[in-house]
Amino acid sequence: MALVRCQDLQKSFVKGRERVEVLDGINLEIQEGDFLALMGPSGSGKTTLLNLIGGLDHPSGGAVQVGGVSLNEMSARQLAKWRAENIGFIFQFYNLLPVLTAQRNVELPLLLTPLSSRQRKDNAATALKIVGLEDRAKHKPGELSGGQQQRVAIARAIVADPTLLVCDEPTGDLDRETADEILSLLEVLNQEHGKTIIMVTHDPKAAERAAQVLRMDKGRLAQEAA
Amino acid sequence: MNKLGLLWANLFRRRTRTLLTLLSLLVALLLFILLRTISLAFTDGGGFSQASVDRLVVSGKYSIIDSLPISALSQIQALEGVDAVTHAEWFGGVYQDGAEFFPKFPVDPNAYFDMHPEYRIDPEHLQAFMNTRTGAVAPRAVAEKYGWRIGDKIPIQGDIWSKRDGSSDWEFDLVGLYSGSEDRPPTVLLLHYDYFDEARQYDRGTTGWFIVRLTDSERAAEVASRIDQFFANSSDPTRTSTEAEQQRQFMQQIGDIELMMTGILGAVFFTILLLTGNTMAQSLRERVPELAVLKAVGFTDAAVAALVLGEAVLLCLLGGLLGAALALLVAMLIGPGMEQTIGFFEVQGTTLAAALGLSTALGLAVGAFPAFRARRLSIIEALRAV
Repeated sequence: MALVRCQDLQKSFVKGRERVEVLDGINLEIQEGDFLALMGPSGSGKTTLLNLIGGLDHPSGGAVQVGGVSLNEMSARQLAKWRAENIGFIFQFYNLLPVLTAQRNVELPLLLTPLSSRQRKDNAATALKIVGLEDRAKHKPGELSGGQQQRVAIARAIVADPTLLVCDEPTGDLDRETADEILSLLEVLNQEHGKTIIMVTHDPKAAERAAQVLRMDKGRLAQEAA
Repeated sequence: MNKLGLLWANLFRRRTRTLLTLLSLLVALLLFILLRTISLAFTDGGGFSQASVDRLVVSGKYSIIDSLPISALSQIQALEGVDAVTHAEWFGGVYQDGAEFFPKFPVDPNAYFDMHPEYRIDPEHLQAFMNTRTGAVAPRAVAEKYGWRIGDKIPIQGDIWSKRDGSSDWEFDLVGLYSGSEDRPPTVLLLHYDYFDEARQYDRGTTGWFIVRLTDSERAAEVASRIDQFFANSSDPTRTSTEAEQQRQFMQQIGDIELMMTGILGAVFFTILLLTGNTMAQSLRERVPELAVLKAVGFTDAAVAALVLGEAVLLCLLGGLLGAALALLVAMLIGPGMEQTIGFFEVQGTTLAAALGLSTALGLAVGAFPAFRARRLSIIEALRAV
C-alpha cells in the first residue's frame, strides 16, 4: 500500500504580477519502507514537493495523501498536530536550538505529547543512542561538529517515532566522509527501523544510497516531463 | 525539560543583553515602588494615620501659611460642637547642616498634649515643658537619632522666623521626650509657644492653625462649616477641614506629588517599553529559523506565539520581582529616615501587587507584536532564509 500518494499535485506562487508554477501536476506513489531520493536542478520543485508531502504547505491544486489521510483539507492547527505525530524533518543546516543541549533538542517534539518528563528524557536518550551520540547528550550544538549536529537533528526527527522522514539536503553542509556516515545512518533507519525516507539531494553519491531515485525538472517528474 | 524550561533557556540566549534589560527593568520597578510609597504617604492618608477623625484644623482661608490671630481661639471654643481648641505654628528652621529635616511646632504645652492623647509624655516632662519658656520636647526616635539627652541645648537656625534682635539663632532646652504608637512614631519637635511668640520679630499674637476637638465626630462637616461661617466676614477668614485633609493639603504645597510621580514614572516606563521592546524584537529576528523549526516539528502557530509572549512576560516579571525585592530592602534601610521626614514610609502590599501587575502588562505590551509576527511566520519562507 502506498504511504504517500500525490495526484496531479500543483503548486504555484505569485511573484509580483507573475504567477510561477513550481509544481505542475505531479503524480507519485511512495510505498511504505521506501528510501527515495529526489534529484534535479535548483528550482525544479524538489523542496516544494517535499514540503507538501511533509504538510508544511498546502498545494494549489491536486491532492496529497499520506498514510491514507488527505492533507489538502487540514487546517494549519490540524497539520501541526499531524506533523508532530507522523513526520520527522531533517534539514541541511540542522536547525538545532543553540540554547538547548543535544538531549533537550531531541526532546523538543515530545513536549507536544502527553509523555511524562521521565519518559521524554528516556525516549530522547534512546534516540541519541540510535544515532550514536549518547555520550554527547549534555553538549550544546556549538560544542558539536557538523556531523554530530546532523545526528542530533536525526535523533530529533525520529524521537516521536514518525512513519515518514523527509530530508532536505541532509548532507549538503557536510564533507564526504561525514556525509557517508549520515547516509549510512539513514540506511539503518530505513532498513532496520522501517522508516520511509524521502531525501532531496543534489549529490549523486548520496542519491546512490537510496533504493529509488526520481528526477525532477521544471516542476515535473523527469520521466513525466520526458 | 518542559515549556517553561524552553522559555527560560531562550531568555538567556544572550546573557549580557538579558541581564542589562533585567537591570533596567529592576531599576524602573524599584523606582515605581519607592515613588508610589512616597506618593501614598502624601496623598492616600498613609502618613496621616495619626490624624484623628474627631479633630478639625482651622487655617487661613486662602493659604495655610496665612497666620490667624490667637484671639480667635476663644471664639472657636465658644461655638457649638467644639469640645476643646489648641493651636500650633510652623517654625521651619534648620538643625545642623539641614541635610535631614524634622518639623518643629511652637505649641501650648498642656493644651497640645491634652488634644493629642495618642502622644505619651511623662507628667514630669510635661510639667518641665510647661514651666520652661525656652523648653522643647522631642519625639524619642528623633532624640535617639541625634543623640540628644534631656538638658541639652538644641540650636536651630531660623529660616522663617527671626528674633527681635534680628538674629536667626534660636536655642531651645530639651526638657522632655514623648512618644506615640510604635508603627507611627511622632516626628515633631515641640517648642513653647509663649517663648516663641515673645521672641519673634513679627506676627506676634498670631498662630498658624487651630486644632479643634469635636464633641461628636459625626458632626465634623457641620462644625467646620459653622467655624468658617463665623469668620467669613472677619479680616481673617478661615478654612476648616479634618486633620487628615489639612495635612494632605499641606503636603500638596510641595506640588502635585501624584502628578510629579506619574510624570517621572511615565517617562521611565516609556523608555523601558522601547528598550525591552527592542530586545524582544531583536531576539525574535535572531531566531526566525528556530521558530520555523518549532512549527515544523508540530508546535501550532498559537503555541509559538505563546512562547514568544511568555518569554517577554517572564523577562518583565523577573525584573519586577527583583525590583520588588530590592525595594523592600531599600525601604528597610531608608524607611526610618523617611518616616521622620514624611511621617510614613512603608511599602504596601497593594504597591507590590501593582508593580507586579505593571511588569506583567509591560511584558504583554512588549511581547504582543513579536508574538503576532511569530504567529504569522511562514515555515517555508523562514527556512528558505537560512
